[in-house]
Amino acid sequence: MRKDYSSWSLFTKGLRHNEGWNPAWRSAEPKPSYDVVIVGAGGHGLATAYYLAKDHGVRNIAVLEKGYLGGGNTARNTTIVRSNYLWDEAALLYEHALKLWEGLTEDLNFNVMFSQRGVFNLGHTLQDMRDIERRVNANNLDGIDAMVLDAAEVKRRIPILNTSKSARYPVLGASFQPRGGVARHDAVAWGFARAASKYGVDIIENCEVTGMDIANGRIAGLETTRGTIRSERVGCVASGHSSVLAKMAGIRMPIESHPLQAFVSESMKPVLDTVVMSNAVHGYASQSDKGELVIGAGIDHYTSYTQRGSPHIIEHTAAAILELFPMFSRARMNRQWGGIVDTTPDACPIISKTKVKGLYFNCGWGTGGFKATPGSGNVFAHTIARDDPHPLNRAFDLARFSTGHLIDEHGAAGVAH
Amino acid sequence: MSSYRVRRPGARVDFDKPLTFSFDGQAYDGFAGDTLASALLANGTRMLARSFKYGRPRGIIGTGPEEPNALMQIETGAHTIPNLKATQVELYDGLVARRTTGWPTLEFDLKSLGGLFSRFMPAGFYYKTFQNQKLWPKFEHIIRQAAGYGSAPSEPDPETYDHSHRHAQVVIVGGGASGLLAALLAGRAGLKVVLLDEQNECGGWLLSSPHSVIGGEQASAWLKSAVGELQSLPNVQVLTRTSAFALHDMNLVLAVEQLQDHLPIADRAAHQPRQRLHRIRAERVVLATGAIERPLVFGNNDVPGIMTASALTTYLNRYGVAVGKRILLQTSNDHVYQGAADLARAGCEVVLADTRTRINPAWEKRVRAAGVDVRTGFGIAYARGRRAVTGAQLVKLDAQRNVVVGSGPSIDCDALGSSGGLSPTVHLYCHDGGRPHWDEERLAFVVPEAGRAKSGIYGVGAVTGEFGLQNALEQTERITRELLSSLGKSAPTSSGNLKTDEPDATPARRIFRVPDGRAEGHGKKAFVDFQNDVSAADIHLAVRENYRSIEHIKRYTALGFGTDQGKLSNVNGFAIAADVLGKSIPEVGTTTYRPAYSPVTFGTLAGAHAGDTFEPRRYSPMQAAHVARGAEFEPVGQWLRPWYFPQTGEDLHAAVRRECLAARRGVGIMDASTLGKIDLRGKDVREFLNRVYANAWTQLAPGKCRYGLMLDENGMVMDDGVTACVADNHFLMTTTTGGAARVMTWLEKWHQTEWPDLDVYMTSVTDHWATAAVVGPKSRQVLAKICSDIDLSPSAFKFMDWREGTVAGVPARVFRISFSGELAFEVNVDANYGHHVWEALMDGGREFDITPYGTETMHVLRAEKGFIIVGQDTDGSMTPLDLDMAWAVGMKKPFSFIGKRSFARSDTAGPNRKQLVGLLTDDPQIVLAEGAQVIERADVTPPAAMLGHVTSSYYSPELGRSIALAVVRDGIARRSEDGHKSGRDLLYAYAGGKAHKVTVVSPVFVDPKGDRQNV
Repeated sequence: MRKDYSSWSLFTKGLRHNEGWNPAWRSAEPKPSYDVVIVGAGGHGLATAYYLAKDHGVRNIAVLEKGYLGGGNTARNTTIVRSNYLWDEAALLYEHALKLWEGLTEDLNFNVMFSQRGVFNLGHTLQDMRDIERRVNANNLDGIDAMVLDAAEVKRRIPILNTSKSARYPVLGASFQPRGGVARHDAVAWGFARAASKYGVDIIENCEVTGMDIANGRIAGLETTRGTIRSERVGCVASGHSSVLAKMAGIRMPIESHPLQAFVSESMKPVLDTVVMSNAVHGYASQSDKGELVIGAGIDHYTSYTQRGSPHIIEHTAAAILELFPMFSRARMNRQWGGIVDTTPDACPIISKTKVKGLYFNCGWGTGGFKATPGSGNVFAHTIARDDPHPLNRAFDLARFSTGHLIDEHGAAGVAH
Repeated sequence: MSSYRVRRPGARVDFDKPLTFSFDGQAYDGFAGDTLASALLANGTRMLARSFKYGRPRGIIGTGPEEPNALMQIETGAHTIPNLKATQVELYDGLVARRTTGWPTLEFDLKSLGGLFSRFMPAGFYYKTFQNQKLWPKFEHIIRQAAGYGSAPSEPDPETYDHSHRHAQVVIVGGGASGLLAALLAGRAGLKVVLLDEQNECGGWLLSSPHSVIGGEQASAWLKSAVGELQSLPNVQVLTRTSAFALHDMNLVLAVEQLQDHLPIADRAAHQPRQRLHRIRAERVVLATGAIERPLVFGNNDVPGIMTASALTTYLNRYGVAVGKRILLQTSNDHVYQGAADLARAGCEVVLADTRTRINPAWEKRVRAAGVDVRTGFGIAYARGRRAVTGAQLVKLDAQRNVVVGSGPSIDCDALGSSGGLSPTVHLYCHDGGRPHWDEERLAFVVPEAGRAKSGIYGVGAVTGEFGLQNALEQTERITRELLSSLGKSAPTSSGNLKTDEPDATPARRIFRVPDGRAEGHGKKAFVDFQNDVSAADIHLAVRENYRSIEHIKRYTALGFGTDQGKLSNVNGFAIAADVLGKSIPEVGTTTYRPAYSPVTFGTLAGAHAGDTFEPRRYSPMQAAHVARGAEFEPVGQWLRPWYFPQTGEDLHAAVRRECLAARRGVGIMDASTLGKIDLRGKDVREFLNRVYANAWTQLAPGKCRYGLMLDENGMVMDDGVTACVADNHFLMTTTTGGAARVMTWLEKWHQTEWPDLDVYMTSVTDHWATAAVVGPKSRQVLAKICSDIDLSPSAFKFMDWREGTVAGVPARVFRISFSGELAFEVNVDANYGHHVWEALMDGGREFDITPYGTETMHVLRAEKGFIIVGQDTDGSMTPLDLDMAWAVGMKKPFSFIGKRSFARSDTAGPNRKQLVGLLTDDPQIVLAEGAQVIERADVTPPAAMLGHVTSSYYSPELGRSIALAVVRDGIARRSEDGHKSGRDLLYAYAGGKAHKVTVVSPVFVDPKGDRQNV
């Protein structure tokens, strides 16, 4: 693929008043039929189209988007990337994604600003530390970079963190994944859109799927607000509305959709150069290149499709951040927002064939889908192209909710005795 | 007084109260009533910031939350606040302000060198370069250093915050003319009214035009009497310095009240919070949020000294500051005319360039009478000046189309104000899902006049597009009367004469970007968003590159992303985008308005939930006893439990060894008060227990206890505990300490949503009971010393019985249960007697050397017995069968129980599951790491298959060696019954780079037959 984004192109186009830039992607009119239709032009959907075209030679692809591309959770997350999951199945999937992240900017010829500034998961109780030890050992045996740090070492690496023993929940230590970090979320969608478009993928925005044409147990096409589109292979990647789409195919997805909120501070001088997460006090934060603290909150407990949540969640999260960083007390929240996350019973995604032949779902990423974007698209493309799961997503089959082979990343753990 | 000061009648500064303050280390004078911005302008300061991307000189543009440039670091040390807008900082004596941009100095900013190459740094340039992943961290480091405005404090916050809940019939947001009138009408009707205004006093635009006329009197007089009347009404509360920053569903208004920031630090009351968050739930919300003037976009429109026209008027009339001597005003509408006249009357030389060819004759007459030089049909091609505006080049515009048709004069000036119209402050209306409407006549996104009356949300005044004062007041009266009648009230009297002296408005010109006769991107930079250096050319570029959705345009260019949230820039951006896209403005639409309307302090959001009160620390009733005995504590959930009781010179291990041996061989005592306790009553409690526990409860008689496993829907263990039958329809359940609230919620959820037909009432009684566990072979003797009315003999009081009686003179429930495998009695008393009974047991046990022990010893004792701790030995993936606890599952119960169906799932029922086992290291002195992974071979080259992990690991003083519990795939079959240590029972435990050889054994290390607890 020609690399038309470079310092040289910036220079030459700049000389000509930047009038020579081409559209980053082509906006297409829907054709009557496609070999593969992807529903949902978020990061995952666009990545799926990109890898279908690049790795599997599928060219006649459409990506349908009911709003603007990258406008769902791709545009709303806190951009954390890591792969230090507990269970093999999850860890290997996210590690696959992380490896793709590491080459993504060059692969897409689009700077997605993947910044490996490391991710800390803090431990505040003895049980937290047991869990951290367990996870880090598992990561090491899976070949994933991870280490256990004690409180003094955490303090050395994050001087502004409150590690006082008199804190309400003192920091006892942390797991640290140096290769984790953050990326520019919008750029991921745009970069994949541009790269997919170059392979001839039709990206069709403002095109909402309203029905599915299923005959004899096979998908035949989709009804959309822009007409009927025929296709014998349809991949649905519509976070926040996966169960709504599945219902069109008569499939009851084991998914609940909840609001998830986040907020940013005003832009400040660099003060936090890594990603800090704490389950125990329930907050996580990083600082963007622009200087804003990017802070994630917990999910609202009720289910909803409105992309906004309850204020008490934001208040609790602010309190959690101040527990970790008391010095941010006088910093200010600039903007808060919400997205809708599809959660599964085991907090792991569904990347799966369905009972409808030719209909595939990639959903249920809960609060953690962004980090998987390239990996998710990559294995989902494989699943669609071969009509058979990639080894890395075989375990993420819908059937696990019938067999009980859950990959329980959140568990029922928590603190006991 | 500086030469910029003008003694304006009606000004809100007190010229008799001079103040001093500093900016960037230099001392300045101001007056009470000034903002930092007005005081700096009065001192002649024009450039006080550098722009984000190009390092261009920037000055003050606005007067309030719309200000994009004048971001200040206020105060130093622990009191410092980053990024306050100078326009919102009330001046006080001794205030210390610093710039937040400009490095190394404001005069010379390094970024301005980069600005010379700005054509190579268009919107989104960083997506197109820096593509080497290895070099990216270096580029990124430079980008990060260049970004950011103020600095976060480096010290803990010395001030406090709190939250207040309010309920109102009517909450009115905005104390301008419309808001005040609405409050008067609602207040006179007797409704409970809360009026919020973000400024230090009510009045809104009336403060900037005190000489306009309402009902025959001066606006300043009308304002005074309105505020006076509101203050006299007991049912009306006026909160000034209170910014409503969010509107949530069901009419929940969130507002921040500033209580201290306007005072010198030394004068702030220690007992007073700095800010208070009001959560106001209202039957009706009236948005009287007004409008913010929108500047026009023209070349070099960011030079310091260029402002919105209304800002020039406000600084003159409200603060007594004439920003310039020679003022050029550029407008497309009538709004600037009053200000033009005021500025001219105050002695400024004023040129008013109106882009329209047909202007309002009444206004023209008035301003010409004041001495204003009016030029019609002219636009500003570009401004001149670098660190302060020196003039502007005008061009002749076509009467209809926004194109240049001829040259215009060059005008010298030292201040320049522009107005492209007013943008209603629709933010709150949109926070909970409302969408603003585009009003093509008024050229504004407005709140529809009807608001969303069905949800109780109304708009009045400028926010609805009623920009004229008289129209706004008349509309406010009408709408408020509708609101009152919706609440069954009527306004008792007429609001009186609302006539003003404004001429009828002449239509505004539809112009956002003033043309300069050149293609976009070829002329001088024309900024749309000042804070993020977004120019009109950037929007063109975004569209050219197919970022056509307004959200894409915003995200690609950063339009509206700043701390001003695009209050000046968004509508211009939308309009320019619409022009480029060839669409109408409503087709392009707006980006989403999100809270906060203006930034909110983190501390305010957290309120009292900070520091020690982040979450309550819960202590048992015996806490004082534990502290007196020198306990170390472990946080468990919100509780702090004694971890161990070190004696002089002891570390954790020595103390635990001593405590363990005491409990095994003599007697120990443990505080078990923190276990969750739920009192269940009702005729269906047995059935309810049958459904929520895996085992059966039908037969449990009063006076008996039973251990139960609680499962989730997947059949996985989620909690455990002992439940006692108090009476046939009355049970007392215990849960894990950390799981108490979760279990209570869980039970309520099932009862309320699935089985509301069951007669069950649940009450959390965790805090009501104190529990002391007396543990060990001598526990019976200890208890006997202070309990005479319970027959403690083994035949009368059996294991898993409980009895009611008196202990240490206090009514007690004594349970004969054991978490250590030893003979044990758990004494439960009213929490208020807990400390007393603890001490009585200590006294009674003195002769037996009774030894208090904490959670660590409890863990060792239970691990020696293979008793699980939910959450430590289980992780949400363990069934009772995996734990070898089939005995705790009643598969024959007539009604199903939660989790039962999942046992039939192929994987849950299948082979190769992870199961609870014991592990013994070859070297008995090696204590495995908890969290060590169990592997088959010593080779740890990744990927190494993991069979399970070590869940609990201790040194057992009783056995004189290490022991561990683990979950291991197919573990039960691997257990070595005879210690043969070969084949499948031989594994490795890996942690921290080391693998230790281990043998898989039964998890019960001590007293496998369970004889000791039955003596």
